[in-house]
Amino acid sequence: MSFLHLAILSPLIYSLFMIFFKKFHRIHTGWFILPLPILLFIYFLSFLPVTSNQKMVTETFNWIPSLGINFTAKADGLSLLFALLITGIGALVVFYSIYYLDRMKEKLPSFYVYLLLFMGAMLGVVLSDNLIVMYAFWELTSFSSFLLIGYWYGREQSRYGAQKSMLITVFGGLAMLGGIILLYIMTRTFSISEIAAESHSIWGNSLFIPALLCILLGAFTKSAQFPFYIWLPDAMEAPTPVSAYLHSATMVKAGIYLVARFTPVFGDSGVWFWLVSGIGLITLTWGSIFAAKQTDLKGILAFSTVSQLGLIMSLLGVGSAALHYADLDENIYIVAVSAAIFHLINHATFKGSLFMAVGIIDHETGTRDIRKLGGLMTFMPITFTVSIIGAFSMAGIPPFNGFLSKEMFFTGMVRVTEMDLFHLETWGILFPVIAWVASVFTFVYSMILIFKTFTGNVQLEKLDRQPHEAPLGMLIPPVILVSLVVIFGLFPNLLSDSLISPAMAEILPGLLGAGEEFTVHISSWHGFTIEVFMTLGVVILGIILYRTFPKWKTLYSKIPERMSLFRLYDQLVEGAQSGSYKLTKSFMTGSIHSYLVYIFAFFIFILTATLIGKGALKVDTGNVSAIGIYEWILALFVAAGAISILFVKSRMTSIILLGAVGYTVSLFYVLFRAPDLALTQLVIETISVALFLVCFYHLPKLRKYETRIRFKLTNALISIGVGAVVTVMALSAHSNKLFDSISKYYVENTYEKAAGKNMVNVILVDFRGFDTLFEITVLAIASLGIYGMIKLRGNRRKEG
Amino acid sequence: MEILMAFVIGILFMSATYLMLSKSLLRIIVGTGLLSHGAHLLILTMGGLKRGSAPLLGEHAKNYTDPLPQALILTAIVISFGVTAFFLVLAYRAYQELGTDNVEEMKGTEPND
Repeated sequence: MSFLHLAILSPLIYSLFMIFFKKFHRIHTGWFILPLPILLFIYFLSFLPVTSNQKMVTETFNWIPSLGINFTAKADGLSLLFALLITGIGALVVFYSIYYLDRMKEKLPSFYVYLLLFMGAMLGVVLSDNLIVMYAFWELTSFSSFLLIGYWYGREQSRYGAQKSMLITVFGGLAMLGGIILLYIMTRTFSISEIAAESHSIWGNSLFIPALLCILLGAFTKSAQFPFYIWLPDAMEAPTPVSAYLHSATMVKAGIYLVARFTPVFGDSGVWFWLVSGIGLITLTWGSIFAAKQTDLKGILAFSTVSQLGLIMSLLGVGSAALHYADLDENIYIVAVSAAIFHLINHATFKGSLFMAVGIIDHETGTRDIRKLGGLMTFMPITFTVSIIGAFSMAGIPPFNGFLSKEMFFTGMVRVTEMDLFHLETWGILFPVIAWVASVFTFVYSMILIFKTFTGNVQLEKLDRQPHEAPLGMLIPPVILVSLVVIFGLFPNLLSDSLISPAMAEILPGLLGAGEEFTVHISSWHGFTIEVFMTLGVVILGIILYRTFPKWKTLYSKIPERMSLFRLYDQLVEGAQSGSYKLTKSFMTGSIHSYLVYIFAFFIFILTATLIGKGALKVDTGNVSAIGIYEWILALFVAAGAISILFVKSRMTSIILLGAVGYTVSLFYVLFRAPDLALTQLVIETISVALFLVCFYHLPKLRKYETRIRFKLTNALISIGVGAVVTVMALSAHSNKLFDSISKYYVENTYEKAAGKNMVNVILVDFRGFDTLFEITVLAIASLGIYGMIKLRGNRRKEG
Repeated sequence: MEILMAFVIGILFMSATYLMLSKSLLRIIVGTGLLSHGAHLLILTMGGLKRGSAPLLGEHAKNYTDPLPQALILTAIVISFGVTAFFLVLAYRAYQELGTDNVEEMKGTEPND
């Protein structure tokens, strides 16, 4: 257990101390939590010198060595980038939540336990090298996210959102587990770095594509990609700090992390390229179009998160193509990967600040509905400044960091058209076009977010509270985040050597020779290139579309309802419920008759199939004994008796017929040289018939309940089937004797060893005495049961 | 003989199944009685029929019939008797408590319906 392990597990351990923090009622619990993410952030900063030199820190803690499952913690460029995001934004979110959540009204201990649980799980996901360990942390993120979304569990919508996100992310998580197992089957290791190192050996393996699809399913559901994005807008029921932390900056990027992590393994395949970049582009466009439709501020941000995640995903997909071109110098496609990482950081900063700003608006006005809001600029100048910087960065307007990453995004997409693989000669042109359209919509909803909220007229009568600026503490975290937005926008190369380049080296290994490293240079101005004109076009068309928004807004009411995946999900869940209910109801009728029909039908079906399938159907007449006249008579008598019971109407006759059959059977025992059996059968049959008669005295007249002809026909068919199968089975078994009986031993040793002459009795009490012991027990239990049933009558009568 | 017995056993099983599929409790118990007869005869038949004299050493015969199936059947008879007796009393009590011997009417009702 190294210090790195301890750092990963520290939030989980720390959450155990919550019981002690609870005692300090006067202090907001969040203050106790705040030092942890700050310390972790500083701790992870200390890894920067190591990782920026393309080195990594690996620590192993044996967990289940016999299964190859060890807790291997690995801090390299990519992991560190995420770890810094998690702890850094985590610290800001905790700080923000101290002012956001009321000390008296909220159940703070549970909130912070869930949040710490989530933080530890997220650190585990990004810092684990072992896939099984990563999966365990992965599910813990789903689980803690479920708890956080359902934090206000009294609300119906919270529970709905929590359940939805749980179902979808766990579905993807399980698929990912399948992918992990498939990878293990191919490579015999759970270590990501080992799998990546020998990835060339699994290309072309028949399990390669299934493993790829399973892993991608996990990534797409977690990162809210099309069509699995539907859980994210409903997850907005969570408290705003949670939305800012989980659903914009960290958890939804776990899927991005997964795709980046597995690019060295799968990136060379065309399926990977098309799925990751294609789904990413679809998500980007879809999310941006629907974000403009929302009227809830958090709804806009949710769809915008979906859209931006699609953007990063598509960049990673396009970047994977760089693995095809081994030459580093002219490899113009790696820019997509650097754009993905840069935008990942940027998105975390501006989206986090926007969520916090929205939280402030909600907190200070009591609503998040843009139809009720407006003109808040004068009331909340700081929040307005934060929001406008965040939104302009999101829209890709200079001089903020979003502008730079959007330019790089366009560069990456334009260069797709120059690729000459995976049919991109013909289809590549779609990439920049779609990306451009999506950016226009991104611009539109960013403007809606700002100007509908902060400009225009104040509608004080619609607001619950008199709006005013938030307390200072609530403003500090978003201000820090937007400062980063501005700083990264003005000095983008602060990050390139320390964070982006080492992370790229992990996503695209093999492109670098020894001692080489990616040179990332982000400049805000690079001449009159096509990207500049694309941005210009985005701004111009975006402004036109925003100005005319009320006119074409009605278009939404025509398309989306039909194309909405939310409805589909609801119908799916409801259909699964009602469908399984109907299915169960259809065969679990509660009628003993139907269950017996199933049992007998399966008996017939399975035995017939086995007899035919194994070729056991055989009738051998060579080994049979002769039939005398007595046997014929008895056989006919039994058969006639058994059949006529079916038709008699009086219960008396049926009991007597049963007795007759029993006596005839005992006569069979006489014929077949079984004196003990004959004796027992006679006695037992007598007692049985007597018992039947005693009961019959108390039972009602034998009524014919079965009146419907179909009912009788089914019964007849089933019973004829059972009889036929038994006959055929008896014949086949008799004709397929495999070895002799062991009874020779009994015959020889009955007198020698057991001092008896009646072999049957000696077997019963000597050779196989245990059978007899328990048969006596059965009788004892039966008699006790009968006694109990008759004597111990419940209280029902008395109460009734 | 074994072939004839196979058919007799088949008929016993058929009648037993038909009775067990009916709705009257008494008929179901009569069905189980027939079923056990069929099963006992099946055991005996599978052991081989009439291969010598009765399994008593006092007979001093050259061949004896197989004693093992007989011992098994003897156990089975006793057990099936115990079970039948239990069932009969159960049916009697059920009728006393519920006032019906129609198994279709003995269905419980689902709490949610």
